[in-house]
Amino acid sequence: MTSAAASTPSRARFNPRRAIRAALPAVSLALILIAIAYLNPRAMSYLGFSLMLNLAIPIALATIAQMFVIAVNDLDLSIGTFVGFVGCVTATYLNDEPALGVLILLGSIGIYALLGALIYVRDLPSIVVTLGMSFVWAGLAILVLPRPGGRAPEWLSTIMGLKPPFVPFPIVAAVVIAVVVHIGLMRTSYGAILRGAGGNPVAIRRAGWSLLKTKVVAFSLAGLFGVLSGLALIGNTTSADANIGNGYTLLSIAGVILGGGEFVGGRVSPIGAVIGALTLALAANSLLQFMHIPPDWQVAANGAILIIVLAARALLTRRESL
Amino acid sequence: MVALLNRPWIWSFVGAAVVFIGALAITGGQGAGGMVTAAFSLALFMVVVGTGQMFVITLGPGNVDLSLPANIGLASAVAMKVMDGNDVLVPLGIAAALGSGLVIGIFNYLLIWALRIPPIIATLSASFIIQSVDISYGRGLQIKPPPGFADFTNWQVPVGGVGVPVMAVVVILFSIGAAIVLQRTVYGRSVLAIGQNIRAAWLAGVRVERVRFLTYALCGLLGGLSGALLAGYFRGASVDIGNEYLLASIAVVVIGGTSVAGGKANIPGLWGAALFLVVLQIMLNSYHISAGVRLVITGLVIIGVIVAAGGPKAAR
Repeated sequence: MTSAAASTPSRARFNPRRAIRAALPAVSLALILIAIAYLNPRAMSYLGFSLMLNLAIPIALATIAQMFVIAVNDLDLSIGTFVGFVGCVTATYLNDEPALGVLILLGSIGIYALLGALIYVRDLPSIVVTLGMSFVWAGLAILVLPRPGGRAPEWLSTIMGLKPPFVPFPIVAAVVIAVVVHIGLMRTSYGAILRGAGGNPVAIRRAGWSLLKTKVVAFSLAGLFGVLSGLALIGNTTSADANIGNGYTLLSIAGVILGGGEFVGGRVSPIGAVIGALTLALAANSLLQFMHIPPDWQVAANGAILIIVLAARALLTRRESL
Repeated sequence: MVALLNRPWIWSFVGAAVVFIGALAITGGQGAGGMVTAAFSLALFMVVVGTGQMFVITLGPGNVDLSLPANIGLASAVAMKVMDGNDVLVPLGIAAALGSGLVIGIFNYLLIWALRIPPIIATLSASFIIQSVDISYGRGLQIKPPPGFADFTNWQVPVGGVGVPVMAVVVILFSIGAAIVLQRTVYGRSVLAIGQNIRAAWLAGVRVERVRFLTYALCGLLGGLSGALLAGYFRGASVDIGNEYLLASIAVVVIGGTSVAGGKANIPGLWGAALFLVVLQIMLNSYHISAGVRLVITGLVIIGVIVAAGGPKAAR
């Protein structure tokens, strides 16, 4: 955003449409909240938010993971099964033999780093490599936990069950995630390099930065946040299942786009991504439940919400570009 | 020979051959004919779906149709319901399935064009809606295909001791047709041109939006066709009959040597990649190994092939 403002000074003035567009993720979240408040006022309470948003935290973390990959112009189709794998390891090894569990999780982040290097060195399409990895993680998850079960480590359930005063834990967690990643990616010099590697890789290389390193860093961060997502998920559900994360791949991509990110050009927004994930989580579960939409049509309603929000964004963008 | 090795699609056939020999090594050469028959019978569905996906992916970065599984599921239900177990109604049922697929393809394009939504998200959202339609339309009904249709989709003609699936022959002819459309028609060349450089194509007078419209419509149509055929082959429609074709359609396109960056398509590679994936599954099944190991091996092999094929840099 800052670079665009610098190259076209006229844009530096306050532009109402641009402001509306930047605020759109927040506006759609607000609209969903208003709808929920209207349908079920009791949901607007400390307990209500804790319940509604509990599962939003792992989705938000998975969305952040996807965002790092999208920032360098790649796409991770394996994040869902990866979260499932992490969940299975968390509910088994991390609980029974913590040292081995930690080692496995660190190793899996290492695999993500290797994937980033492989994709860059061999110039491979990330879609296919991560598609292949989605099979690998799914297989490993089944090997670790053939039947649903396992147990979340005590400390993890404790963290996810925290009850801070006044503000429910999921909201605190979402704000912390958004702010930490925003500062890291949008306010540090290496964050700018990472986004630059997606926006103009040639320029970044000519400026003396290693593109290999940017890919490795972006994928490692994706692995790290994927692990955090799996941990948060198991902290909530207390037991695991090999298929537990499967829906996260598409949710995470939708969350990034909903939050104002774009598939190419390193244009992503951590705060937007977290808001996008919260919007999706609320729309997918609470809102539809309160609207008494028949189960058959809940999936369709999800699709319709996605379409409406993105259409609104597209209309605003079109006006701006003309 | 060197020219042949430089063809991106040759690797998918090499892979298929290697896996096939590996599978035969386990059985000691037993059942080679049956394996070939089974491989072609299943690969043909991947080829039909993959052809649609290939045209879409060739349009350029970001273009992909994620609604294919839902499309296939709905079309299978539509076809079986219209056929109603009656052989006379088979043509009508196939037409209905094609129509259902076509409507989905057009709907996808309208979302992409009118609302300016990225194709990945547009087709994903569409697939949610289609899934719901399918669930409420075909719920709880195990609809059987008419006997004649089921027999046709499973029809094998014995040639020298090996059963040749008639449908596979039909789909090979279809692939030749698709190759001609891709390489020798204005439409096909336009798809390639748009994938290479959309702006240059537009400046050269290619009617970009019309070609994109036709491509998404075509992909939807082929999804509908596979839905009807799958319901015949597996003797019944179901909501998740198309589920494996999300990953499979993308995998056969890319392993087959089509560039995910667009502008470069490859029809023979689709067959190589589809046979490769199917034979791999058959081989892993014949090992009697656990589902987990099977998935891990499938994933590693997909990555291995794409690494061996060298990616876009080597092919450029």
